[in-house]
Amino acid sequence: MVAAVQNAAGAPAGVADDAPVKLEVRDLTIRYGNDAALSNVSLSIREHEIFGIIGPANAGKTSFLKTLNRMDMFNSNMRVNGDILFNGLDIRRLKNVYALRSRIGVVFPLPVGLPMTIYDNVALSPRLSGMKNKADLDIIVERCLTRAALWDEVKDRLTSLGSLLSGGQQQRLTIARALSQEPEVLMLDEFSIAVDPVTTMRIEDVLKELKQEMTIILVTNLVQQARRLASRTAFFLNGECVEIGETEDLFTGEVKDPRTRDYIEGRFG
Amino acid sequence: MFETSELNVHNQRVQRLYRTLFLMMTLLLIIPVLLILGTLIVKGGSVISIDFLFTSPTDGMTAGGLFPALFGTVWLVAVALLISVPLGIAAAIYLSEYAGENWFTRIINLAIINLAGVPSIVHALFGVGAFVLFFKFGTSILAASLTLAIMTLPVVIVATRESLTAVPHAFREACWNMGATRWQTIRRVVLPNAVSGILTGVILEVSRTSGETAPIMFTGAVFFTPFLPQSVFDQTMAMSLHLFVVSTQVPGVPEDLPYGVALVLIAMVLIMNSVSIAFRMYLRGKKKW
Repeated sequence: MVAAVQNAAGAPAGVADDAPVKLEVRDLTIRYGNDAALSNVSLSIREHEIFGIIGPANAGKTSFLKTLNRMDMFNSNMRVNGDILFNGLDIRRLKNVYALRSRIGVVFPLPVGLPMTIYDNVALSPRLSGMKNKADLDIIVERCLTRAALWDEVKDRLTSLGSLLSGGQQQRLTIARALSQEPEVLMLDEFSIAVDPVTTMRIEDVLKELKQEMTIILVTNLVQQARRLASRTAFFLNGECVEIGETEDLFTGEVKDPRTRDYIEGRFG
Repeated sequence: MFETSELNVHNQRVQRLYRTLFLMMTLLLIIPVLLILGTLIVKGGSVISIDFLFTSPTDGMTAGGLFPALFGTVWLVAVALLISVPLGIAAAIYLSEYAGENWFTRIINLAIINLAGVPSIVHALFGVGAFVLFFKFGTSILAASLTLAIMTLPVVIVATRESLTAVPHAFREACWNMGATRWQTIRRVVLPNAVSGILTGVILEVSRTSGETAPIMFTGAVFFTPFLPQSVFDQTMAMSLHLFVVSTQVPGVPEDLPYGVALVLIAMVLIMNSVSIAFRMYLRGKKKW
């Protein structure tokens, strides 16, 4: 295992090229009915990297994430072709999708504080997998809330409703909940859309720490956020994966496709 | 820049007109309720006493109390609830949480709507045919309660489905994303937040069940019996039928007696409703998003 190293400037350091592949996607095509949302995407995501996905709305970013944990199952209109390998195993043929989902934490664009106490929000996933011991749950709740930079704000009111927290707090609660799964992969879908800039920066700091323990897929429409966090970045546009490269290369103009440069420099999207 | 134009004046006048109109309509709604309650209290209040509630009718039902009927209605409603609430909630959960949108669910939906539209006397005849005769339950609490249960099933199903649908979809997705099964999601997230709505359906059912006369008069309720039911296979008196009997079928009943019976019936429903409403408000206080 190769630990990711933070360089002095704080910019994301690359993951060594020989790091094990966590997720491999081959020729992935996603259709809603007859309309392709994503065509022929092939990419691999390495362990302990933050993999950024940027692109304007309707590029297929969210559909891409949904197929990774088989949430496409819930949408009968959604058709997926291609191979997705998680730790080398083809998840399209997986029977136990629940085990797959419990290994992948997901954070949505809009925070979802479940209408239960803050404590129960974070303890939900361990409880779903059968944990009952109060002391063990206490430890998990405190650790996950601490790591999501929320503990200090809520430690005195763990029994109040999670759904009544402010938007930014709810988003950190969502992250704490995702972390309580002890996920191998954390997928964030435009997490900062409903969060103030200060909270966003705090969450970004958290993510930089977390990548030592897990692989992070960061979908964002803030290109600078990808630059701050991601070691490699893919650019999606209208259902096409235009380019994948080292994030710094994309931002310093070393691009293979001129559309990438145009998007990053803000000429469209 | 804020001077009032001709149009502003007109708009505000129209707005006041509509507001008054809607207020009048609302007040109009309260009038019958107050009139009914008032009449019952004025005309029937005098017969209400502990004895009236806890003794049997005497003198060819022209005197005495209504205890067997009160007791019987409680039995009928309780057994009907025991049957229809689990059945209705289970069906609603299946339809709203599991079933896809296909011809099968469309047929079931159609059946539920039609069931809700069937007149109660038709339910009564069905109850006689199915439960009294075919299943050989005889005229009994069981047959009457089954008939009531089937009649009120759509109320429970529709109310439950609506309250399940009211739980935001994002909550389910968040749970599924964690690796929860559908049932885990339903039990831990969906149901706790739908309980108050489901309870509304049950309240409506209680009110309707305790007042229905037609479905029970051929299937389990009797004109008069000196015995209290010992099991669900016994016949029983019931408040609604008793009211019908003392108002129209027995000569020589003092004028205030039927009003007293009606008052007790209404009070019973109101008390049950208030308890449920209080419980619902308690639950709602705990849920917010």
